[in-house]
Amino acid sequence: MAAIASDHGHGHGHDEALHHQFEDMEQQNDSYIVGMWTFLVTEVMFFGALFLIYTLYRSMYQLDFYLAHKVLDTRMGMINTFVLLFSSFTVAMSVRFAQLQNRMGVLAMLGITQICAGTFMVIKYFEYQEKFGHHLYPGPGFGSSPSYLNGASPNFAQLYFGLYFGMTGLHGLHVLIGMIVIGYLMAKWWRNSPMVTKDYIPTELVGLYWHFVDLVWIFLFPLMYLMPKP
Amino acid sequence: MSAIPADPNVTAVSATPRTETNYLNADWSIKSWLLTGDHKRIGILYLVTVSFFFFLGSIAAGLIRYELTAPAGFILESETYNKVFSAHGIIMVFLFLIVAIPAILGNFLLPLMIGARDMAFPRLNLLSWYLFMIGGACIMGGMINGGVDSGWTFYVPYSSMYANSNVTMVLTGIFIAGFSSITTGINFIVTTHKMRAPGMTWFRLPLMVWALYATGVVIILGTPVVAVTLLCIIFERVFHLPIFSAELGGDPVLFQHLFWFYSHPAVYIMILPAFGVQSELIANFARKRVFGYHLIAFSSLAIAGLGFLVWGHHMFISSESMYQGVVFSLISFLVAIPSAIKVFNWTATLYKGNIRLQTPMIYALGFIGLFTIGGLTGLFLGCLGTDVHLTNTYFIVAHFHYVMVGGAVTAFLGGLHYWWPKMTGRLYPESIAKWNAVLVFIGFNLTFFPQFIVGFMGMPRRYHYYYFAPEFQPYHIMSTLGSTVLALSFIIPGLYLTRSLTKGAKASANPWGAHGLEWETSSPPPTSNFLQIPVVLDEVYDFDPVTEHEQDKAAQALEVPSYLSNEAKSIESEKEKR
Ligand code: HEM
Ligand SMILES: [Cu+2]
Repeated sequence: MAAIASDHGHGHGHDEALHHQFEDMEQQNDSYIVGMWTFLVTEVMFFGALFLIYTLYRSMYQLDFYLAHKVLDTRMGMINTFVLLFSSFTVAMSVRFAQLQNRMGVLAMLGITQICAGTFMVIKYFEYQEKFGHHLYPGPGFGSSPSYLNGASPNFAQLYFGLYFGMTGLHGLHVLIGMIVIGYLMAKWWRNSPMVTKDYIPTELVGLYWHFVDLVWIFLFPLMYLMPKP
Repeated sequence: MSAIPADPNVTAVSATPRTETNYLNADWSIKSWLLTGDHKRIGILYLVTVSFFFFLGSIAAGLIRYELTAPAGFILESETYNKVFSAHGIIMVFLFLIVAIPAILGNFLLPLMIGARDMAFPRLNLLSWYLFMIGGACIMGGMINGGVDSGWTFYVPYSSMYANSNVTMVLTGIFIAGFSSITTGINFIVTTHKMRAPGMTWFRLPLMVWALYATGVVIILGTPVVAVTLLCIIFERVFHLPIFSAELGGDPVLFQHLFWFYSHPAVYIMILPAFGVQSELIANFARKRVFGYHLIAFSSLAIAGLGFLVWGHHMFISSESMYQGVVFSLISFLVAIPSAIKVFNWTATLYKGNIRLQTPMIYALGFIGLFTIGGLTGLFLGCLGTDVHLTNTYFIVAHFHYVMVGGAVTAFLGGLHYWWPKMTGRLYPESIAKWNAVLVFIGFNLTFFPQFIVGFMGMPRRYHYYYFAPEFQPYHIMSTLGSTVLALSFIIPGLYLTRSLTKGAKASANPWGAHGLEWETSSPPPTSNFLQIPVVLDEVYDFDPVTEHEQDKAAQALEVPSYLSNEAKSIESEKEKR
């Protein structure tokens, strides 16, 4: 950014964290916040389409979806839900510490968030592995251990697991991206970069993204794991 | 003697001398272009690459037209023909129309028009160009590798089960290009909200900005949906995740719903910015404030909203129930209203305007006529009874070409000519450009009007022969002739615009005597757009009838082509200022 910032001479470069296209920090921060929320709107539409597909298919094949879902491990899902909820809390705390310019506090809280995210992914990995082992991954060979289908029609169960893997997979991808972004943010804090230390907004933006990722899971968990008997 | 520089209310003008360094010559290295954050340079990068894709898409179009001159076809196999029309549609929609006006003119103009130094997120803007290039490369890769034959609509189960594996590659490309669109949309929205110069209230925004804002809204609400829908096909092909598989109980029609939920609004991504360009051209060449400014501004937003409720009109014959059909049909009629409002308002603006028939204005007038035909035939198609007869015929092909080429491409050319002096600092040769604008109009109508007739007679779209109905041939020959003229009229601007880069006369800051902040900085603008951020005190399109009249008389007295006299006058006015 520095190269661009220096190529015009209007003199407002007092604030190290201020980018050249903005007049002052307030404008910059407002823009960041509006930009992030706009981005989250696109994310809502992105997952929204998938939730729509899910809703339609579930309403079409209620019983089979119910039977197929029974094989999911609710306890694992529950643990993961609490792990993510807790990580939302720690991210919120990191934003608070960023406002207070408490560098160690931020790093600690983001660190815990990373651990939570890692735990989530590890648990998810074991869940996936189990499903693969039970031949519940769609495609050729699906349902070759019929006992795990709990009597659901293999076709409709395959739709269910297609959605399960597609949606939780995309969510997992978002968690991974979140981990990378949080890692980058931590590196910035670690190196005392003015971009984050002088201004809490970048930390807040990452926090917003992370809350969104958690929120998706808050919808996924009951929809996938906690179906009532139709 | 243009109105704005003489206007004492706008403070920054006088502080804008002709600078020697501008965004183009600030740094010549390749690196400075490839790593630029400057919205103007990114606009130029887009211009170059998008023109290239337009060229490729046009070659495919030429092949289609050539093939259809004989009832039994004569150069392409059935399969090749399918690949060619798919390539044409995919390139033109995803790599040309969706990006052309927003990413080229929009990127270049939005910050200039609102008095900002850049987009809110310059690096995101650059990222969007790279995403576009990666997406474009994937699409091209798929096509070179053998091509896809699923059409630009990728209906399942054909695309997910039967079509060849290049579909995956091409869909990946579209997916990535979609994110380029999204980043542009986010930038438009944030920039419009947060980067306006002091005094630039919402109702002082040029209508182009309103249009780009509405486009941004459509992009961020629609594009993610199509992205995930196409991703589902990729899932199905690559990871065996069944989403739309009919054989397992999935619903292929659901794909169509999700696809059109984006792709109908996508036509507004193409046409809304064109509306914006159109409003600028009409106001500045009729030398009048646009009639019904507020209505035009709000109709853009109305289109952005209503556009999301009409996707079902593409599916009247895809197992839609009667009630669904009726509702979608009614809302489709509704969405035509805001478009009509604009057309009426532009026409009303012309009334008693001081019309200058320069090149951009000729395009703008052509736009009104062509878009009206395109929009009205849209109503034929939105009407249940007639659509059953007309769907999947050349009537549809003619309809959407009237809106997309007659509308969006015409506006793009008009806008490109209008802002060319600003973008490059050079004037293009006016008289040849004028004749060329007429040529576009003639060539276009010759190409596509016969398609209405032949479509109405029953010529199906996407067929590469019609030996069963040789009486269609004259229409096809007419159309192919027209497309040759049209091709010529696209090549000519390519040549004279490129030539003008070195040979053209230098443009003054405001060669048209036009209104708007972008004309108040030098041509081409400095990297930071304005030496000082302007403070806006006057209303938008604030033409003063008295000075307008005097100017006109002066131009007549001089007896030189009016664009030259404009140029002379603005130089004069600049002298006056000093
Ligand atoms: C004035 C309002 C409009 C109405 C009521 C309208 C109506 C329709 C209808 C009903 C169809 C579907 C016909 C069928 O498949 O049977 C259609 C197709 C199409 N329209 Fe429009 N339209 C309008 C404006 C536009 C605009 C502004 C554009 C583009 C800039 C556009 C581009 C298209 C395209 C590309 C298709 C064909 C899609 C395909 O099947 O490949 N339309 N239109
Ligand atoms: Cu439509």
